[in-house]
Amino acid sequence: MNLALTEEQEMLRKTSRDFLTEKCSKKFLKQMEECETGYSKDLWQEMAELGWMGLAFPGKYGGGDMSFLDLAVLLEEMGRACLPGPFFSSVVLGGLSILDIGNEEQKQEYLPELIRGERILTLALTEPGYHNYDASSVTAEATRDDSNYVISGTKLFVPDAHIADYLLCVARTKPRNGITVFLTDAKSPGTKCTVLKTIAGDKLCEVVFDQVPVPKANILGRLNQGWSAVQKTIQRAAVGKCCEMVGNIQRVLEMTVDYAKERKQFDHPIGSFQVIQHYCADMATDVDGARFSTYKAAWMLSEGLPCTKEVAIAKAWMGGACQRVFALAHQIHGAIGVTIEHDLHYYTRRAKAAELTFGDVDFYREIMAREMGL
Amino acid sequence: MDFSFTEEQGKFRQGVRDFLEEEIKKGYWEPACDAWVQGFNPEFTKRVAQRGWIGLTWPREYGGQGRSHIDRLILTEEMLRYGAPAACHWFGDRQVGGAILSFGSEELKKEFLPRIVKGEAYFGLGMSEPGTGSDLASLQTRAVEDGDYYVINGQKTWTSCASFSEYFDIYARTDPEAPRHRGISEFIVDAKSRGVSRIPMIDITGTEAWNDVFFDNVRVHKRYLVGEKNRGFYQVLHQLDYERSGMERLMGNYPLFEAIIRFAKENGLSRDLVTRNKLAQLQIEFEVGRLLIYRVALVMEEGRAPNWESSMSKVYCTEFEKRLACVAMEILGPYGQLKWGSKFVPLRGMALHSYLGSKGYSLQAGTTEILKNIVALRRLGLSSS
Ligand SMILES: Cc1cc2nc3c(=O)[nH]c(=O)nc-3n(C[C@H](O)[C@H](O)[C@H](O)COP(=O)(O)OP(=O)(O)OC[C@H]3O[C@@H](n4cnc5c(N)ncnc54)[C@H](O)[C@@H]3O)c2cc1C
Repeated sequence: MNLALTEEQEMLRKTSRDFLTEKCSKKFLKQMEECETGYSKDLWQEMAELGWMGLAFPGKYGGGDMSFLDLAVLLEEMGRACLPGPFFSSVVLGGLSILDIGNEEQKQEYLPELIRGERILTLALTEPGYHNYDASSVTAEATRDDSNYVISGTKLFVPDAHIADYLLCVARTKPRNGITVFLTDAKSPGTKCTVLKTIAGDKLCEVVFDQVPVPKANILGRLNQGWSAVQKTIQRAAVGKCCEMVGNIQRVLEMTVDYAKERKQFDHPIGSFQVIQHYCADMATDVDGARFSTYKAAWMLSEGLPCTKEVAIAKAWMGGACQRVFALAHQIHGAIGVTIEHDLHYYTRRAKAAELTFGDVDFYREIMAREMGL
Repeated sequence: MDFSFTEEQGKFRQGVRDFLEEEIKKGYWEPACDAWVQGFNPEFTKRVAQRGWIGLTWPREYGGQGRSHIDRLILTEEMLRYGAPAACHWFGDRQVGGAILSFGSEELKKEFLPRIVKGEAYFGLGMSEPGTGSDLASLQTRAVEDGDYYVINGQKTWTSCASFSEYFDIYARTDPEAPRHRGISEFIVDAKSRGVSRIPMIDITGTEAWNDVFFDNVRVHKRYLVGEKNRGFYQVLHQLDYERSGMERLMGNYPLFEAIIRFAKENGLSRDLVTRNKLAQLQIEFEVGRLLIYRVALVMEEGRAPNWESSMSKVYCTEFEKRLACVAMEILGPYGQLKWGSKFVPLRGMALHSYLGSKGYSLQAGTTEILKNIVALRRLGLSSS
């Protein structure tokens, strides 16, 4: 057992932190929330040149041959910086799924472009309704039409669909009642995308598929048997989100402790008051618990070990930890923390969005209950 | 990063489990909550010692095995999982031996460490006094030099395991003129010494958990001074870091955890959404606590004394233990109030015992509030003005 990062990972952490600190100012975040695309093409290209998109992909596709655990370190830094844009969608949701279940031809076709920063991918999974991340919630239909399929249905909360080139669309395949993942061209006729207004100012979309034709060759993985691959994607995404959230709340802890040391009332720094000290100690405990449970799940994924339980622990714990951390962070910051003048709100809003996506606390508690045999 | 155990560690864990299961099968003892501190069983301690499982991390020259802190954590984790009666050797193994090893003279090491390792020397901890709880530097017990001896007078309280302790590791004031932190020394006192007397105290569960221990002109030879004279306060801080570090802060009432899960399954209660949710949440919290404690062992493995790390894990984990007891009581409903021996009592009365007993978990070895002070100060650099 060993909880330390390798030298290489420390390097990655440092260089990515330096880079993101420079590029990802709060002014930039504000611009990105307000602008239509939600990302900067220049920054996207720079990230590609740094090898970030390809980090966890094999060299033969132009990737960096590093592991998911290495990617976890990078995701943590991205969460710390509140990096806007389609990195998570393209790499974690799109690229890694293709790597997992795509055939060699598909990998050759999509991965190098993704890695070079030329293509954006995302996952169209969830739908209107309240029981997402469950196979039965998939109602979008792909009907066989000669050698092709035609997809109809509505997907909701699809991240970055408005700028995506390809969508991994999870659909119910008729006539046999299975789940299949299709790679669809986001620009194909019949695909309509509406950006939603969200708490985090990220770009989640409604995507309506109206008789969208998809060639059979664009089936990713197995026909009718796609759900287990989707589950794996959900798992990886949940852990990826946890990594971002670790970075987020670690930064919030630091900001809050710094503030407690600076802000004076009654002639003393508020951080000298025991109640405030204990709040900070509680935050630190939540952050460390979140960090270890997240990295344990990330390590297991990275090693290819079965980790249903560990993912459930990480994401369920994270949700609760975030709620407590932000309640305290705001309390300690006083009124300035609830203004848009201060940076805290970027973290608060993003953490909430991340908490809700790819399974919330209740979702993973139920998985845990099943794992316990309850 | 690597969250796995080595094959050797896995085998070691299995070996401990096999041993404990065999013990239970033979009917030597029954798994119980709090058995690490209340299970007085000299034969069990002997059998553990025969396997070399006391003083596991200590150097071989003193009878130890020179093994890692992760190994010791694996060992204690399994002891706690099975609710094994390890109280005779727990304090000597966990902290007094370590204190002697860190601060004691060669003579003291030779006298005590091999005996602790053989399961032949049981210790009690004499820190608290009637007027001295969290503010340990305020202690009043006096030790006055008299030739080759110190003469000790005073009273210790809340001394766990005192009724079967053969030695007390105590702290007494040796320089009343010095600033309070700089006038305290640590001694090993033979419980059979003339002038030592004990009065048992019963805890809220009805168990004899502690004694008041009185020292009336007790003469202790100078060679039983541990470390430097007047450095006792700094030594006890070090010792407390170890006292707080272990799995007993998470798994003190583990037998109840297993029992209530089984009970909920067998009685169909776990189909109820609220109950499922509560138990799943406990399991999640448990796993997080376990990681916080393994982190502490890794700090020790690096050769550092754990400090805020063990404060953090102890605060978190004892709160978990208390919640576990509350959830168990909620699940049992009115049956939870039945005592061991009563008609209809479920789970041998463990939930009731644990509900009451766990109230002390967040007090002993440093209260939650004191430990949060430590985390705030040492981890976060927040100081009181
Ligand atoms: C089960 C059990 C076993 C024990 N075994 C031993 C033993 O073997 N040997 C031994 O020496 N002692 C033992 N103790 C005693 C234990 O160390 C003390 O209970 C502990 O140090 C607290 O002291 P106190 O009980 O006097 O409470 P106090 O120190 O009087 O504290 C009362 C309350 O005030 C709070 N408080 C005190 N100071 C501060 C502060 N600065 N900031 C914020 N809050 C504060 C505390 O957190 C607590 O909530 C044991 C106690 C228990 C419950």
